[in-house]
This record gives sequence, structure tokens and C-alpha cells, in this order.
Amino acid sequence: MWAWILHRVTGVGVMIFIVIHILDTWLIGFGPEVYDTVMNIYRHPIFRLGEVALVGALLFHALNGLRVILIDFWPEAGLFQKQRQLFQVVVVLFFILYVPVAGYMIWDIIY
Amino acid sequence: MARSSYSRQRPMGGGFELFAWYFMRISGLLLVLMALGHIVIMHIINSVEVINYAFVARRWAVPFWRVYDWILLALGVLHGSNGIRVVIDDYVHHRGWRAFCTSALYVLAFVLLVMGTEVLLTFTPGV
Repeated sequence: MWAWILHRVTGVGVMIFIVIHILDTWLIGFGPEVYDTVMNIYRHPIFRLGEVALVGALLFHALNGLRVILIDFWPEAGLFQKQRQLFQVVVVLFFILYVPVAGYMIWDIIY
Repeated sequence: MARSSYSRQRPMGGGFELFAWYFMRISGLLLVLMALGHIVIMHIINSVEVINYAFVARRWAVPFWRVYDWILLALGVLHGSNGIRVVIDDYVHHRGWRAFCTSALYVLAFVLLVMGTEVLLTFTPGV
């Protein structure tokens, strides 16, 4: 249940960012002044924290997506007990990967 | 309930829904590598502190990165908009509103693909 909710929420969140991100990249066609002004907005600490959240959302969506693929194509993984165990693996992997990355990104914002 | 605890079950009827089901899994696998690769390069090794016009101009001087970014654009928009389509199907039950939301989504996805493709094809540095 939690895996399903988080997969959905992170997916929609990442998609919202992708829409904004394609629009900002498109603006590079208007030259350096326009593009660099827009990039300056992203350097605001609030946006940089949003960036940390984005990386977390994408990482969770990727790891849980791999879990969904495993469950769909490997019959043994489809067993309820195995699904739960695989979700625990996803959560552990997520924290192992995300804690240092988020720490580094936040350190980079402060210093 | 047509839904199991973890994800959408493989659609039985074939046709578009089955194609979309497979597409989500294949594009998802590629996006794990390509989107996470993009994040590591642009948001962890580099950051918005160093990304500016000159940075992108240097990057897009290499055809490999334009191709990489176009594949990422296409897979990302199609995977993302198909995901949103499923979400709309789940929550918007009124026929008219569902048709409206889905149409708006298709228009948005098309416009994003055109804008992204246009800038990747036509960008020439030093305007």
C-alpha cells in the first residue's frame, strides 16, 4: 500500500518538475541573458531544497519501479511475502543511497 | 478491484493498454539508467551553481549529449504522461471531465515534445 502511494506521489511530482524543466531549457533559444536569469531562480535556497526532494522522489520511483518489474516478470517475486521483502529492500537501498547524496547536496547549499 | 497491491496487472485485452503496460516497464528500465545518470551528472557532480548558458553550449557542442537528452526527453514525457493518464483514469470518473483532462494531457505532452525537440535541434551558441 505504501509502496503504491509513494510510487504515485513521486511519479506525479517528478512529472511536474519535468514540465517546468522542459520549459526552462526551451528558453535557452532566447540567448544567454534570458537563460541565465532563469537559472538564477533555481539557485535560491528554497529551489535547491526542492532539488534535494526531486532527487529523492526520482530515486524512490526508480528503485520501486525495479521492484514492480521484478514482481511482474518473476513469478516467485509476485508472492505476497516476497513483495513485502522486496519493498524492505527498496527502503534500505533508498536510505543507503539517499542519505549521503542528500547530505552532500545540503552541504553544498550551505557552504 | 482490478488492481493488486503493488501495481497494475498486465491488461488482458491486448491492444493499446497492453502496449502501454509493456512500454512503462521497458521505458522505466531505460529511465532508471538515463534519468539517474542525468541527475548524477547535472545535480550531484555539477549543480545549478555552475549550470548556465555557457555550460549548456559546451555540453550541446557534443552530439552525443543532444542525442542523450532527446532520448531522455522522449522517454520521460511519454512515461510520465502515460502515468498521469492512469492517474486520471483512477480519480476522474465523470466522463466529460475525464475526456477534458486526458485531452489536455495529450496536448501538453505533444507541446513539450515539440518544444524540447525544437531546442535540441536548433540551438546554436553565441546568440
